[in-house]
Amino acid sequence: MMANTVEAEGQLTPDEQKRLTSDMHRSLRRKKFRALFLVAPLLIFIMVTFVSPIATMLFRSIDNPQVSEYMPNTTAALADWDGDNNELPDEATYAALVEDLVVGRKNHTIGKAATRLNYEKSQMRSLLTGTARKAGRLKPPYKDQLIKINKGWGDIDNWRVIKRESKPYTASYYIAAFDMETTPEGEIKMLPENQRVYLKMLWRTVWMSVVITLLTLLLGYPVSYLLASLPMRVANTLMILVLLPFWTSLLVRTSSWIALLQGQGVINDILVWFGLVNDESRLSMIYNATGTVIAMTHILLPFMILPLYSVMKTIPPSYMRAARSLGATPFTAFVKVYLPQSVPGISAGAILVFILAIGYYITPALVGGQTGQFIGNMIAYHMQSSLNWGLAAALGVVLLALVLGIYALYSRLFGGNNQMTLR
Amino acid sequence: MKKFSKLSSVLALGAAVCVGSATAAEPLTVVSWGGAYTKSQRMAYSDPFTAKTGIKIVDEDKSGNGLAGLRAQTEAGNVTWDVLDILEGDAILACDEGIAQELDYEKDLNPGADGTPVMEDFIEGSLSGCYVPTIVYATLFSFNDKAFPGEKPKTIADVFDVKKFPGKRAFEKKPDANLEWALAADGVPYDEVYDVLGTPEGVERAFAKLDTIKDSIIWWDAGAQPPQLLADGEVAIASAYNGRIFNAQVVENQPFTIIWDGQVYELDGYIIPKGAPHKKAAMDYLRFATDTQRLADQTKYISYGPARKSSAPLVDSHAETGVKMAPHMPTTPVNFKTPIKKDAEFWADNGDELRQRFNAWLVQ
Repeated sequence: MMANTVEAEGQLTPDEQKRLTSDMHRSLRRKKFRALFLVAPLLIFIMVTFVSPIATMLFRSIDNPQVSEYMPNTTAALADWDGDNNELPDEATYAALVEDLVVGRKNHTIGKAATRLNYEKSQMRSLLTGTARKAGRLKPPYKDQLIKINKGWGDIDNWRVIKRESKPYTASYYIAAFDMETTPEGEIKMLPENQRVYLKMLWRTVWMSVVITLLTLLLGYPVSYLLASLPMRVANTLMILVLLPFWTSLLVRTSSWIALLQGQGVINDILVWFGLVNDESRLSMIYNATGTVIAMTHILLPFMILPLYSVMKTIPPSYMRAARSLGATPFTAFVKVYLPQSVPGISAGAILVFILAIGYYITPALVGGQTGQFIGNMIAYHMQSSLNWGLAAALGVVLLALVLGIYALYSRLFGGNNQMTLR
Repeated sequence: MKKFSKLSSVLALGAAVCVGSATAAEPLTVVSWGGAYTKSQRMAYSDPFTAKTGIKIVDEDKSGNGLAGLRAQTEAGNVTWDVLDILEGDAILACDEGIAQELDYEKDLNPGADGTPVMEDFIEGSLSGCYVPTIVYATLFSFNDKAFPGEKPKTIADVFDVKKFPGKRAFEKKPDANLEWALAADGVPYDEVYDVLGTPEGVERAFAKLDTIKDSIIWWDAGAQPPQLLADGEVAIASAYNGRIFNAQVVENQPFTIIWDGQVYELDGYIIPKGAPHKKAAMDYLRFATDTQRLADQTKYISYGPARKSSAPLVDSHAETGVKMAPHMPTTPVNFKTPIKKDAEFWADNGDELRQRFNAWLVQ
């Protein structure tokens, strides 16, 4: 205890100095450890539910074990073959193929390789599974017999696909996610215009999310202003009107929009009744992009109002009065004094709404029809229906990269600004 | 002290529950499509099975993503489903991938009530290794009578003729059946649609035909949507599963008419997942549910045709309304004059590419 006490004028001996630093380090370490211990549950939770799924997704988008694992002999035999001079593989490769097919049929693994290859080229699935059914009865030499069973085995392009996908990692899911394809010759090029899907979807997702964000801002700004400037009691009552829909199930709100907007729905009925619209030419406001924009704007509105409100609440009303008393018109006072101070709310609300919107899929699926679908719907489709999980993962990674890019841009533009204006 | 006693009583209760469930027969998880369909299976298969064996059945409505779910469970090494209701094409894939139990049909199933051997009793070619079909269902067009007071559409070609029969159409949002119909409407003989669709020119032709009515189509995802769209007057003609239209016609008294032309029929039935937690009970259930009487019983609750020939003579009337079922069956000869059989192998082979193409076409 005595050794640690530092006299104001007294010099520490080197020995004491050493002890002091080590003591300080120890107590700091203990503090750090205690802090780590306190956040450990959260850290573990985030690792398990957030980081590891994303890591798995990243991995799955390039993982390609099916062919090399379930057709090992063919993979080995094809290692030296390149198909450059348009020659089919040699007899030994066909023999390796037969071995793989026989084993694969017995273990029920050939279907996995077949499904994988079918993503790259149609008919590959039945080429493998169909031949596997007959492979057990074959005697060497195999080459001509296999081509007789299915002439696909005489098609050099099929062999090129097998060779290409026999590597343990693949870029083909990303190639597909960017609307490109690999030609049999190994060239990567864009798909013909009428077969492109994902880039168009991605672009549509981005611009529709921008529209939705702007609309929520346009609708949310006056509401938040009203809430922030009213007396507390009235504001709290009105706040319930904002929060009530926020707490209501997403599905319920989306379904209500269907009832309101559909061709025979409430709004169209009223318009027809007033004679504003002809009965034959009712407006199509749902099952298209319009439906998605309307429903999502409504659903995401609270995410704009709440951050705006919390920022506006901190802007003293006296500033506006001061501006007015110095001769500013109401408009100038608003633009020069109020608006700049509410920018942190605008930017926080906008990034929140935009990032939520860009990953949405339930509402677009229900009210989007064909023109109001988002990229999230394609990901869900490949997860659940087409079962091409590799492609779903690649699309997910593309979306994730896009969101991170936009967020980086946001924090560069507004990151420093935020704290300054808040003070 | 109070806390402790509470805790210990909870523990004791937990232990009692564990012991209890270990001694009684564990329930069997049967995965199906939900709604009226699961209800028909419960009435015809599950409740009688529980009455006979004491084994309870838990329904899960996950067949919509059946193959995806089974793959995920198998990959995670934790299969929780005992019996899975699945379409023929997906069953073939599951069998090829080794995630479905292989069956020895003559041993694992009962012969027909009239003594027909198993392999001859089920629809030809449907017993493909792991799969036992239970019903034949059709995806077909029907229209709201109110939409066409004069001449009524009678053929697939009429459905694609929006000049002669104006009004919106509802199609299922996938290429399956729609491409077949597009070709059929374009004049391809019904038994040649898959030959034509197998060529690049055929695919172009099908999409070109769909293009002619693209602006009139509303796309649906869930089986409950088309009857709703028809009833609301949102569309004039809708493609739908025949059981849903039957339900709307007979139970809800909707003025719908089915176009018995070019209906695309396919099979639905059971597989046992490999690694099913209660395999023995699941096999018992499979044998029980797919025997002649049970398949015939199911038609009391829903208008899907039994997949066994020996069940046909036993088909009776609807349990709820007393309507004779035979005229509503997709398999009844008068309805079965010009059907298209869905080629499950074709779709397993070409589905990836055609679906990609279809999605691209939708985006344009």
